Amino acid sequence: MSEKNTAPKETLFSPKNRKLLTEPIGKENPITVQVLGICSVLAITVQLEASLVMAISVVAVMGSANVIISLLRHGIPPRIRIIVQLTVIASLVVLVDQILKAFLYDVSRQLSVFVGLIITNCIIMGRLEAFALSNKVWPSFLDGIGNAAGYGSILLLLAAIRELLGSGTLMGYQVIPNFIYQIGYEDNGLMILPPMALITVGIIIWVHRHRDRSLVDVS
Amino acid sequence: MKALINLVEKVKPHFEKGGRFEKLHRTFEAFETFLYVKGDVTRSGTHIRDAIDMKRTMVHVIIALIPPLLFGIWNVGFQHFQATGEEATFMDQVVFGLIKVLPIIIVSYVSGLAVEFIFASTRNHEVNEGFLVSGMLIPLVIPVTTPLWMVAVATIFAVIIGKEVFGGTGMNILNPALLARAFLFFAYPSYLSGEVWIYTGLEDGQQLVDGFSGATALAVMAIGEGTMPSDFDMFFGFIPGSIGETSTFAILLGAIVLVATGVGSFRIMASVFLGGLFMGLMLNLLAVNEFMALPAYKHLIMGGFAFGAVYMATDPVSASQTGIGKYIYGAMIGILTVLIRVLNPAYPEGMMLAILFMNVFSPLIDYYVVEAQSKKRQKRIEKIRLQTQA
Repeated sequence: MSEKNTAPKETLFSPKNRKLLTEPIGKENPITVQVLGICSVLAITVQLEASLVMAISVVAVMGSANVIISLLRHGIPPRIRIIVQLTVIASLVVLVDQILKAFLYDVSRQLSVFVGLIITNCIIMGRLEAFALSNKVWPSFLDGIGNAAGYGSILLLLAAIRELLGSGTLMGYQVIPNFIYQIGYEDNGLMILPPMALITVGIIIWVHRHRDRSLVDVS
Repeated sequence: MKALINLVEKVKPHFEKGGRFEKLHRTFEAFETFLYVKGDVTRSGTHIRDAIDMKRTMVHVIIALIPPLLFGIWNVGFQHFQATGEEATFMDQVVFGLIKVLPIIIVSYVSGLAVEFIFASTRNHEVNEGFLVSGMLIPLVIPVTTPLWMVAVATIFAVIIGKEVFGGTGMNILNPALLARAFLFFAYPSYLSGEVWIYTGLEDGQQLVDGFSGATALAVMAIGEGTMPSDFDMFFGFIPGSIGETSTFAILLGAIVLVATGVGSFRIMASVFLGGLFMGLMLNLLAVNEFMALPAYKHLIMGGFAFGAVYMATDPVSASQTGIGKYIYGAMIGILTVLIRVLNPAYPEGMMLAILFMNVFSPLIDYYVVEAQSKKRQKRIEKIRLQTQA
């Protein structure tokens, strides 16, 4: 405990803390770099609205779960830490699910089982294990928000592409004007199917690695 | 000919390193090798260079594709005038077919080659000649009613996702031409479901003849409405269908070319047909509905079965490489095709899906064939060792 006092006090948004927030959005993106949480990405990105709600839910769950686990980190016996983590995530997810059901019933029906499946989202468990269990509250919070934002940003990008090309709409509003349909354009039915989501994620990863060469592993 | 060589030699320095069009070097090289076999000589070690390079091999396939192509062009016109009930001479029919089919071929080649050239320049490798065949196969496996922009989108998708992401020609897991068709099939199902595949394009005052449906034989079987064409019509191809697939006869002519030049694998072709026939007979035994009771041989002349067996399944890159593997691969394609056709009415044409499916499995088949072979030899060695010891 004595070190703690001698160490210089970090400001809330010191470069190190900022990095926790920004790295997961770019260089350490949970989806495009670590390739985690793919299942929910494939399932719920057909429409932008659902993805937005999902992204916000994950940000909320992940931020609070990281904070709670970080607060409890000295009190959790290592042998049952996974169970504790799961319990925390599960209670938060139930909370989110109830809120969605109360205020956004349509979207919650659309997301159906996938809200519940946030519990099994490997990104959340991964961050709790890797970060929150061994870091202070504030950095843990930033790390949670950052990773969730990294996940959410890809989710939104993917959903925008899929909804635009697959149904010609964004957030449920028609974006592609009617005259384009009249000259023979048609919505791409494959975009709505999960395989195309996988291919689109692949293309996003491709572009990401092309722009940031340090991500290409040489092995 | 001499003048052409001189011309090529004259412009060559501009495309070499340091020349004015250095960036277009790969493009130039592609055209140069297309015209003449390059005078490359191996400079180190002992190598044997075959006089026939990949571009020439591909040209054989193109030659083999000519019969179905010509027949397909005529058939497009023939079907059109049948549907409108107009009198038309043979030339009218061919000209009409050309007007409809040529744009599709041009769009397919231009869009696909554009992608190839872009990738070749940025990655600085030779332009892959594989697209020479794919570009011709794509128009032949789609119906003539497909809008041109869809052809372009599907071709670009197939070349990028089917080929370039894996590293270009020779690296692809799936057959690019079939991938283009699968893309169209899932993305724009209303154009490829096989219900109306004749270019009608009615003008004022024209009318469709009574009883015209335009459905393919497979769609007739799947929906259970309309009349089946006769065996004769189906074998020679006077039926609606994708441009190049209707005439089993023309396809068999192409198959002879492929087998005679050694480009296409006879094992695969034969085993696809046998596999289809076998599964058809097995289903005949059960025969609980009309489609199951369909005589087995009809499956072989219906839809894209023959075309798939001869041109698609034999693609040397995505097919199995081992001898026994080819038999297994081919037979599985035939069996699966008939199974998908009969048991899943949502997908009237099983050939495409069966080949793509087996494309994925072909490395696995090869792996186990090689494993089995080496185990067999291991056993033989053991046996000899035991004998010599005893």
